[in-house]
Amino acid sequence: MRTLFTAAAVAALSLAAAGGAEAAGKVKACWVYTGPVGDFGYSYQHDQGRLAAAKALGDKVDATTFLENIPDSDSERAIEQLARSGCNIVFTTSFGFMDPTLKVAKKFPKVMFEHATGYKRNPNMSTYAAKFYEGRYVMGQIAGKMTKTNTIGYIVSFPIPEVISGINAFERGMQTTNPNAKIKIVWVNTWFDPGKEADAAKALLAQGADILTQHTDSAAPLQEAEKAGKLGFGQSSDMMKFAPKAQLTANTDNWGPYYTQRIQALIDGKWKSEDTWDGIGKNMVVMAPFANMPDDVKAAAVKTTADIASGALQPFACPVLDQDGKDRCKPGAKTLEDGDVLGMNWYVKGVDDKIPQ
Amino acid sequence: MRLDLDARPQRSTLREILAPVGALIVAILIGGVVIALMGRSTIEAFDVYFVEPLSQSYSLQAIAVKAAPLILIAVGLAFCYRANLWNIGAEGQFIAGGALGGWLGLVTHDGAFQGVLGSWWILPAMMILGALGGLLYAMIPALLRVWLNVSEILSSLMLVYVAQLALDWLVRGPWKDPEGHNLPVSVNLDPEATLPILFDGGSLHLGVLLAPLVAIVAAIVFSKTLFGYQVRLVGSAPKAARFGGFNDRTIAIAAFAISGGLAGLAGVAEVSGRIGQLLPSISPGYGFSAIIVAFLGRLSPVGIFIAGLVLALTFVGGEDAQIAMHLPGDLTLAFQGVLLICVLAADVLARYRLRFTMGARS
Repeated sequence: MRTLFTAAAVAALSLAAAGGAEAAGKVKACWVYTGPVGDFGYSYQHDQGRLAAAKALGDKVDATTFLENIPDSDSERAIEQLARSGCNIVFTTSFGFMDPTLKVAKKFPKVMFEHATGYKRNPNMSTYAAKFYEGRYVMGQIAGKMTKTNTIGYIVSFPIPEVISGINAFERGMQTTNPNAKIKIVWVNTWFDPGKEADAAKALLAQGADILTQHTDSAAPLQEAEKAGKLGFGQSSDMMKFAPKAQLTANTDNWGPYYTQRIQALIDGKWKSEDTWDGIGKNMVVMAPFANMPDDVKAAAVKTTADIASGALQPFACPVLDQDGKDRCKPGAKTLEDGDVLGMNWYVKGVDDKIPQ
Repeated sequence: MRLDLDARPQRSTLREILAPVGALIVAILIGGVVIALMGRSTIEAFDVYFVEPLSQSYSLQAIAVKAAPLILIAVGLAFCYRANLWNIGAEGQFIAGGALGGWLGLVTHDGAFQGVLGSWWILPAMMILGALGGLLYAMIPALLRVWLNVSEILSSLMLVYVAQLALDWLVRGPWKDPEGHNLPVSVNLDPEATLPILFDGGSLHLGVLLAPLVAIVAAIVFSKTLFGYQVRLVGSAPKAARFGGFNDRTIAIAAFAISGGLAGLAGVAEVSGRIGQLLPSISPGYGFSAIIVAFLGRLSPVGIFIAGLVLALTFVGGEDAQIAMHLPGDLTLAFQGVLLICVLAADVLARYRLRFTMGARS
């Protein structure tokens, strides 16, 4: 009995040692997703980023571990489980994971954390986000040109700044091509609920919208547009295969280069706590191929995308008038300040809606 | 061929105890087959799901923390369900309690209202407010049922959505952290409003101890008090209870009050002990999972206590399996479904005998 026990202990020890050696040679990177990997939207796109980083870094990284479908209120345990299981860097990919990530980061100072779309940092916790609104400006321009009914249906999740700035950028883009067009907004209070999103899409189509756009994660609204013979935009990922005749383009998140670069920095011992906020210019936001539109609209969209990438065009170039016609820019400023966009809780002029409070 | 169910002539305690254990074993076997079909090691999966979480202090604490709200809510539900009252709205009562108790934590933020008394009273008051919030919220379906004969199934369920949207509104509006970049979260609760962690570096907070405490008290109430007897009698034989002079309305209201109060207490303990702030959503569906726990535990407090721990184990083990074996998270949900079906099937088999009849109708 005793020998058996000793043997087991020795086996356990050697196993632990082997684990340690492996960890020393390879960086283990882990991810936490808010939705299912199969949402083909936001979480799917983060997972594509994970796979891209795994491919780019090859043997240097173990990027096989992720937890999906984690509710915000239950995320602290999930993040801590990852930290305990030997992850060297943990990417927590949703806003709601902010405080839980910070709590776990303080408990595990040797593990690095990266939180998407939040603002709290720690010496071992960075933040990163994408300027999704840049892509929405391009989409607004296209929608302005393509609409025949001058009505664009806009399905939205929650009134957080990221969503509001998206609506505003869309509106400003649309005004440059069609001042008569209006957006109709429906709040569905969910990030991912194909049934609810499809219902909202049907309602908007019935109200005369001939183009749909969405800030929710499933392909359902786009599929409804396809069924009705109308047009729409993909969200987070290229949804062309769901709506080959309807998708004009999609505002896709491209996290691969960022993940690769951050893990490489950790391998090189150069990882630092930072705040990253990139857009089309750094390829964090990528427009899916422009389709289902005439060549002149396509050419204009390509040009706008290039101008935003180079910085020649700013979606929130001053003046930025709010619904009351008041200019929200600092006197003499060229564009709205980053902080104003990151905390946006007001609509620009032209948006016919009230932000739910 | 035909399959008949014949009631067994007498109930056997042994059979009733063995049924859930057998169900658990069958569920594990089915899960093992699924994992084997996926081309993975069944032994390793069993180890990761059920053995590893039980062999580390950290995951034991995680299981207890996850089980506590489930047990608290489910024990409360047992009072309703035994009285044949179908409170489906524990999720809403959980939120109401978390919100009202959490509110006190927000208004006492940064030393407010602590001038004369100090801060010792905040936590107890939060717990009381939490229970009160859930209790009052449960009174809506209870009174509608008693006075107007409104189905409590519908009213309690629909009030869940009302509670969810109300909390959502509060956190986006009046309770929003003024320095939170306009994002929908409250400030973090101060240490004075946070249930203390029992072991340094762990996750086990004081509120978790409420679960065994409440389960024991409820077990005594059911087995030793007149009220416990009344609840059961109103549920199983309402006419007899009325002839016996019991007021079924009072008992209905009392059962809802206990159920709502415990759900509210679970809510405030979760907000104060675990989340540490108010969010648009403070429950990953505890109020609904607790319905499963209540039935897995056969509406007995001791059974519920065990069932809550088993369900929590499948959650924590499921996450471990995602991390260690890269098994999909959906497998955990599927397994929980299989477990529930097995328990219900075993329940039937414990009370009925299967009889195969060859040929057509007899």
